[in-house]
Amino acid sequence: MPQYAAIIYSPDLDWSQPEQAETTAKYAAFGESVASIIRGGAALYPTATATTVRVTDGEVVTSDGPYAETKEVLSGFYLFECTDLDEAVAVAARIPGAAMGAVEVRPVIPMM
Amino acid sequence: MAEAVDAAVRADYGRIVATLIRTTGDVDRAQDAVQEAVVRAMSAWERDGVPREPRAWLTVAARRCAIDAVRREAVRGDKQRQAVRAMETEPMIPDESTVRDDLLRLVFTCCHPTLNLDAQVALSLRTLCGLSTAEVARVLLLPEATVAKRLTRAKQKIATARIPYRVPSDAELPGRLRGVLATVYLMYTEGYAASSGDAVVRDALVDEALRLAALLHDLMPDEPSATGLLALLLLQDARRSTRTGPDGAALTLADQDRARWDRTAIDRGMDLVADALRRTPGRADAYVAQAAIAACHAMAPSYVDTDWDAVIAWYDVLLTVTRSPAARLGRAGAVAERDGPVAGLAAVDAVDGLEGHAWWHASRAELLVRLDRRDEARVALDRARAAGLPEAAVSRLEQRLSG
Repeated sequence: MPQYAAIIYSPDLDWSQPEQAETTAKYAAFGESVASIIRGGAALYPTATATTVRVTDGEVVTSDGPYAETKEVLSGFYLFECTDLDEAVAVAARIPGAAMGAVEVRPVIPMM
Repeated sequence: MAEAVDAAVRADYGRIVATLIRTTGDVDRAQDAVQEAVVRAMSAWERDGVPREPRAWLTVAARRCAIDAVRREAVRGDKQRQAVRAMETEPMIPDESTVRDDLLRLVFTCCHPTLNLDAQVALSLRTLCGLSTAEVARVLLLPEATVAKRLTRAKQKIATARIPYRVPSDAELPGRLRGVLATVYLMYTEGYAASSGDAVVRDALVDEALRLAALLHDLMPDEPSATGLLALLLLQDARRSTRTGPDGAALTLADQDRARWDRTAIDRGMDLVADALRRTPGRADAYVAQAAIAACHAMAPSYVDTDWDAVIAWYDVLLTVTRSPAARLGRAGAVAERDGPVAGLAAVDAVDGLEGHAWWHASRAELLVRLDRRDEARVALDRARAAGLPEAAVSRLEQRLSG
């Protein structure tokens, strides 16, 4: 069966905070209702925690904040397990896309 | 008593908080604990006198506060109980090398490349220099709310994105150290360049940059770049009080009263330059080369007696590592002093790609005045003004042009 990525665009809020409980409950209900077809997924911390990684002439350049241009388009994603941001940035810099555009690295909200 | 506490906290805040961050694993908790310890010190020192080792006293008190705070939360879960156990098994007063490592880790965290420069500067002032949020705001000429927001965001990113508290590996160190030094240098130049605000505010930022440079040199005495940066700042700052005339206008090197240069800072800077040069015989370092240029000026008995050959030679070294407009223009200016305005103008004109830079046009205007080519000087000055040359420099050139 073919697989599809459903990429969610919504307000830049911290979904790990108790104030968002109503929304996270809706997500939990949705997740349960389609549990049999979900192959993976993650909730992300807000863009204030993002780091954008680019490789120019072999040099890794990081910038604070989300990917903010419109020239390139979202073309894929990985979910990494790393000890810290340094390791995540180092691995992200090896993704071919980092040299062709940019890779945004954002921490995932751990599921309880 | 408040002064004694203030002095102890100002001198050692970074060290105390760095240790607390390691043991508590959290910047906010560490800062809260130090804050509480300071409050306790006010009354305890009043009662018992200032302790022989204020830093040790504050560290122990802050740890007790942190343990109490975590205990209050311990009812909540395993994680907190573990944290209390970890803190209780640590020695109360860490040894000197542990403190240094803690502080070094904090330096590299505050200046982590995944934090933007504004965040790095604010965090460094708050955690390494120990300024309050209000003081950071005053030093940076920003509203307190802006600084508070910036700090909160940076600390949130450190915690949730897991920016590590560690000293970079040998392989990463040169690149990461460059970033740390650039942040401190930026604070320093911001402090000098500040054209608005009162002089005291500007001085405060310069002072904090100097403290940080001294701290970095102290933590990494074998890193020539750190030595070079401290030397550069000391040698440049030795001229601080002579950089403006009685009317507040900026004075160039040629017009400064050299008798009022700070000889203590110059001597210290010269020793550091010599030390850094011994450590970099084979490779050039941008800070060391700039410090060497500053040393040439510091040694010259007068502007006309400057050893321009040496200045140009050091610019040549500097240009092997950076092609920055300031470095290229600086070399051309030195050529003008050594070989006269004709050669100087040729050198300035040979610096390409600076048509948008105010100082490039200002240099041309200055040299054209010296050559008595006044119409061309007028055009150059107009372009310099249009490109944003500071008013003080414009009026100085205006005077030369009409004089």
